[in-house]
Amino acid sequence: MSVLVLIEPDDELALQAVTLARSLGGPVQGISIGPADAPVDVLHVAQVDGSYAPGAWAAAVVQLVERLAPSAVVAPGSDRGNEVLAHVAARLDLPLAANVTEMRGDEVTRQRWGGSLLEEARLGEGLKLLTAAPHAFEAAAGRAGATESFAPALAEADTAVRVVESVGASTGGISLAEAKVVVSGGRGVGSAEGFAVLEELAGLLGGAVGCSRVVTSAGWRPHADQVGQTGTKVSPELYVACGISGATQHIAGCKGAKKLLAINGDPEATIFAHADYAVIGDLHEILPAISAELRKARAA
Amino acid sequence: MRILVAVKRVPITGGRIVLTDDGQAIQTRHLGFTISPHEECGVEEAVRIVEAQGGEVVVLTLGPAEAEEQLRECMAIGADRGIHLVSDEEWDAQATAAALVEAIRAEAPFDLIVFGNESADAGNYQVGIRVAYALGLPIVTGLKGLVVSDGRARAEQETASGRDVYEVGLPAIVTVKEGLNLPRYPSVPAKLRANRKPVAAQAVGRPPSRLQKLRLVVPAGRGKQAEILGRGPEAAPAVVEIMRRLGVA
Ligand SMILES: Cc1cc2nc3c(=O)[nH]c(=O)nc-3n(C[C@H](O)[C@H](O)[C@H](O)COP(=O)(O)OP(=O)(O)OC[C@H]3O[C@@H](n4cnc5c(N)ncnc54)[C@H](O)[C@@H]3O)c2cc1C
Ligand SMILES: Nc1ncnc2c1ncn2[C@@H]1O[C@H](COP(=O)(O)O)[C@@H](O)[C@H]1O
Repeated sequence: MSVLVLIEPDDELALQAVTLARSLGGPVQGISIGPADAPVDVLHVAQVDGSYAPGAWAAAVVQLVERLAPSAVVAPGSDRGNEVLAHVAARLDLPLAANVTEMRGDEVTRQRWGGSLLEEARLGEGLKLLTAAPHAFEAAAGRAGATESFAPALAEADTAVRVVESVGASTGGISLAEAKVVVSGGRGVGSAEGFAVLEELAGLLGGAVGCSRVVTSAGWRPHADQVGQTGTKVSPELYVACGISGATQHIAGCKGAKKLLAINGDPEATIFAHADYAVIGDLHEILPAISAELRKARAA
Repeated sequence: MRILVAVKRVPITGGRIVLTDDGQAIQTRHLGFTISPHEECGVEEAVRIVEAQGGEVVVLTLGPAEAEEQLRECMAIGADRGIHLVSDEEWDAQATAAALVEAIRAEAPFDLIVFGNESADAGNYQVGIRVAYALGLPIVTGLKGLVVSDGRARAEQETASGRDVYEVGLPAIVTVKEGLNLPRYPSVPAKLRANRKPVAAQAVGRPPSRLQKLRLVVPAGRGKQAEILGRGPEAAPAVVEIMRRLGVA
């Protein structure tokens, strides 16, 4: 039996989902809404007009499932991947395992708490529905196989909810999710004004400023700057955590960083257990000293 | 406007998750509890809409007897009353959705039903969508912006390149994310008022799970020992040296 994968064009997470699908054995068939390129054996291109409509995407998946009778449907663990597969699960009245990191037979390992905890669970008999946890798999490489086109039959209700307008972001500075360096502050920064020393260092490094939830709840920074389980997930070369204690929900957002430098006054702070480099002391003394040292090194 | 918000009691895990001996749950003896920040924003949004347009906000939870604490917190933000489906067990997403649907049907109609985009603990990303299908209502997920007027909702999602906008007629279901608004800190009088608001509690029995939890596992740590670069500002040269080595300085 084959495995069906939901492909979004130009989506790294979809290529990761292909890797999970390959691990299940059997041929891998893809479904995309409109043209896409992916290393699958057969790509079924659904002809669905217009902007994104989760119901229409789900209807297309369900109709292809009926035709191909795959053993599993895998989607990327993206907002849309999780959304479309939940629609499919509701339509077929089947369980759905979201953010799976591994599958063995009918058992899955999946992420809870934004990846701070894993759950081993059994999916019952029949068609398995799962999404691939982001960055738990290498992206699949290779050439695309055959392409087939199909036109799913859509009901009016399938397209009742759809994107009616897409608004561009205000282009201000380096985006948190893409930044090579993130200088992030927590309660220890003490105030909105206290972030000036983080801004200065981030500016010198061409990086972005992030923060913990305590900071956004206090209104010191906008939620767009929050790193963590309910904020942005970042994966810079270097994450500098300043005055952040290291709660699991914060770590969930920065564990993708290549290296973590923690600056904290408390030598026992949990953040040090997640850090590659540690500086113990007051961030308000240490950050200006680092910025000054950087300037000095550059002038030399 | 009649608005229902579904919330779930979860532990505040702090710096390290410790499991019970049987590996079935988080050891919560020394922990506090809360609801997901997504859901808290959902409650705040519902209260703001009703403050502006009149109506009622009902909060609904499926959870242990202690989850009344979370319903009271939502009522301190401004919800009018609570519905509590009482069960000590953990339910899978399908069973949860079915139980919530039954409770919602008993209280219907609602103009707007609000869920978190995902629960903080289980992260199933699906209960709201399942409820929408069962009730035959349109659903928009992951909202960071919501305007409700004239029987319609304009709903905004954040994307990598900006925002996607949806428009749906009411009644509708939405799932929301933290950042939708900045929830208020309830005042002491608001907390006292919350204690007098009604909660309808009813015991419910859990059906068999179709996504059956076998055990929980704490992922292996990074197994690294942090290299201490120093104490105080004297560490600055060592930090810059590391930044150079990493190619970011
Ligand atoms: C469901 C859920 C989701 C959540 N999602 C998120 C999320 O997405 N992101 C997030 O961040 N949190 C999240 N949280 C909150 C999280 O549990 C913590 O409450 C939060 O991360 C703590 O923030 P903090 O480290 O800034 O504050 P604290 O825990 O108070 O830590 C402050 C630290 O600063 C240090 N410090 C103080 N002064 C100084 C100084 N002058 N110099 C150096 N160090 C100093 C202290 O030693 C301490 O370690 C979530 C919680 C829940 C329950
Ligand atoms: N036990 C519960 N009681 C009330 N609402 C819940 C419960 N479980 C999930 N929900 C709601 O469904 C949303 C999505 O949950 P999930 O599908 O588990 O990620 C949550 O944010 C809540 O709004």
